[in-house]
Amino acid sequence: MSALATPPRDPRAPLPGPRRTKARDSASSWPLRDRIGLALCWGAGITLTLVAGSVLLYMCFKGITQLRPAMLWTHPSSDVDQSQTGGFLDPIQGTLMLTTIGIAIAVPIGVSVALWLVEYGRPAPLARAVESAVDIIAGSPSVVLALFGLSFFSESFLSWMSFHAEDAAFGRSFMIAGTVMSLIALPLVVGATREALLQVPNHVREASLALGKTKASTIRAVLLPAVRPGIATGTALGMGRIIGDTAIVILLLGNTLTIQPRDGAAPVVGLLQGTGSTLTSYIYGNSPTGEGNAPEKAYAAAFVLLLIVVALNALATRIARGRGKDTAWIR
Amino acid sequence: MPPPPIRKISLDAPPTVVHVPPVPLDGNGNGHAGPAGGVHTPGPPPSEAPVLERMRCDAVTIAYGPKVAVNRVDLPIAQGEVLAMIGPSGCGKTTLLRSLNRLTELTATASRGGRILLDGQDIDALEVTTLRKRVSMVFQQPNPFPMSVFDNVAYGLREGGSKRPRKKELMEPVERALTRAGLWHEVKENLDHPALRLSGGQQQRLCIARSLAAQPEVLLMDEPCSALDPISTAKIEELILELREQIAVVIVTHNLQQAQRVADKVAFMYLGELVEYAPGEQLFNAPQAQRTRDYVGGAFG
Repeated sequence: MSALATPPRDPRAPLPGPRRTKARDSASSWPLRDRIGLALCWGAGITLTLVAGSVLLYMCFKGITQLRPAMLWTHPSSDVDQSQTGGFLDPIQGTLMLTTIGIAIAVPIGVSVALWLVEYGRPAPLARAVESAVDIIAGSPSVVLALFGLSFFSESFLSWMSFHAEDAAFGRSFMIAGTVMSLIALPLVVGATREALLQVPNHVREASLALGKTKASTIRAVLLPAVRPGIATGTALGMGRIIGDTAIVILLLGNTLTIQPRDGAAPVVGLLQGTGSTLTSYIYGNSPTGEGNAPEKAYAAAFVLLLIVVALNALATRIARGRGKDTAWIR
Repeated sequence: MPPPPIRKISLDAPPTVVHVPPVPLDGNGNGHAGPAGGVHTPGPPPSEAPVLERMRCDAVTIAYGPKVAVNRVDLPIAQGEVLAMIGPSGCGKTTLLRSLNRLTELTATASRGGRILLDGQDIDALEVTTLRKRVSMVFQQPNPFPMSVFDNVAYGLREGGSKRPRKKELMEPVERALTRAGLWHEVKENLDHPALRLSGGQQQRLCIARSLAAQPEVLLMDEPCSALDPISTAKIEELILELREQIAVVIVTHNLQQAQRVADKVAFMYLGELVEYAPGEQLFNAPQAQRTRDYVGGAFG
């Protein structure tokens, strides 16, 4: 009667799990190449974590030791005396303005492109051409796009977008840099929106049509709300790209230390036609290779930039994780 | 073995055990009593509403490219009774159902011959949005829209997907539709909650309410219970029997017992052809065609 002899189980005790071979015992029976492969996978992951961690820690250490709060609200100025060169208020404002302009252009266009590709996409050759165009933009280095933008926006018929004399345009302004910036965010918005649209099962579209709705109102009332998290993810990723880009700022924003609105223009228009800099170009300028040669300022600005980018990444991850909770159809 | 006796799932009845009579054995020692062979299974209780023909398929042929999916089908669809379409997978029943509100037109390769009439009028002559408001459809998978319970039901009532008319004016028809779908008491507190948080069975009844809100004349249901549990299925079957009093209901189902429980008329399709169309009781108990006998007897499909 051994069954009676065993004491009754404590109901609160965790149930014994299923029998499992220990990971180490299992791996020791693997062929050598699989064990090497497994070791490499572990090693790669851990190394990457270490690299990312050390970049973050180093920049945090450098940044925190160099950053003075006053830098966040002082205008920069060029001076031989390092203590007189101020902070980086203008680059922060420049970064925010440029991101806003770029996203404001990229999101509507990107969402429209994705909607057309997924919901219409006919004729097929045109759809393939559009896809290739998005891929080409995504694959082009931003400095190439910037170089193209410089010659394109210097054309006299576009002179209203920047400083201009009688017959020549300067070809550098917030408006111009923002327009080219929208190109580097565009593929990310298109991609995220497209993925989200493809996740919506076809029978959901048909359900709306079966209620006597047109395709247009189906897109507006059903599909756009369903892909809103996808659009948000693409937007956050695109913002990260714009904030991090340097080449376009240096070539197309004039790279002036302070924000210089165009003289004699209406306030906002003048700002858009004016030049300035961003945190990235400020870091470049102040780094040991740049003309400013004030590495401590570069570190402080890099720290602020890193904080913005990490915050944006966290936002994008959260949005992407939240997706699916409220839009989980049975497929 | 005879199939187990069919009984309707009653939600509040005490559990009962049905006595299975001993099956007479034939010479080979095999039981011989399919639904066609003797066990009489009753259909749904007869409807009280007068039966009135609303739609008619007239030699309807539908092809996807060169492949013919539905071949010269003639079929009447009447208000006051439920028509069930049964048949093995790929026999064209869903295609035929989708053609009734011209959803087949969404498939680029699909083409249709023959005529489909709604109250004597060719549906090709109707504006497609008008037709689909009159002939609504419920799908296999519950597919509420990513918005609140209220907005889902109100969606069909609002023109062009706009937010007008306002919530107050729509409350009454929305409540009526949800009550008809048997969902009002479960969601009346939570009309603002996202519809996709409801359970699968509730979602499907919400989809039915969404279709009913626009007051359709014909309701098409494409295997509406195949993704649901038995209790939700029972609720929806009860609902179908109530709905047939006011509108024509067409249901495609793979579940023969379900067809037996809800259908006044059953159409058996096989390889794109309409093999037999008869009152449910007759089709299941005394099928005329050999293929019907084989199918409902469980020989194939």
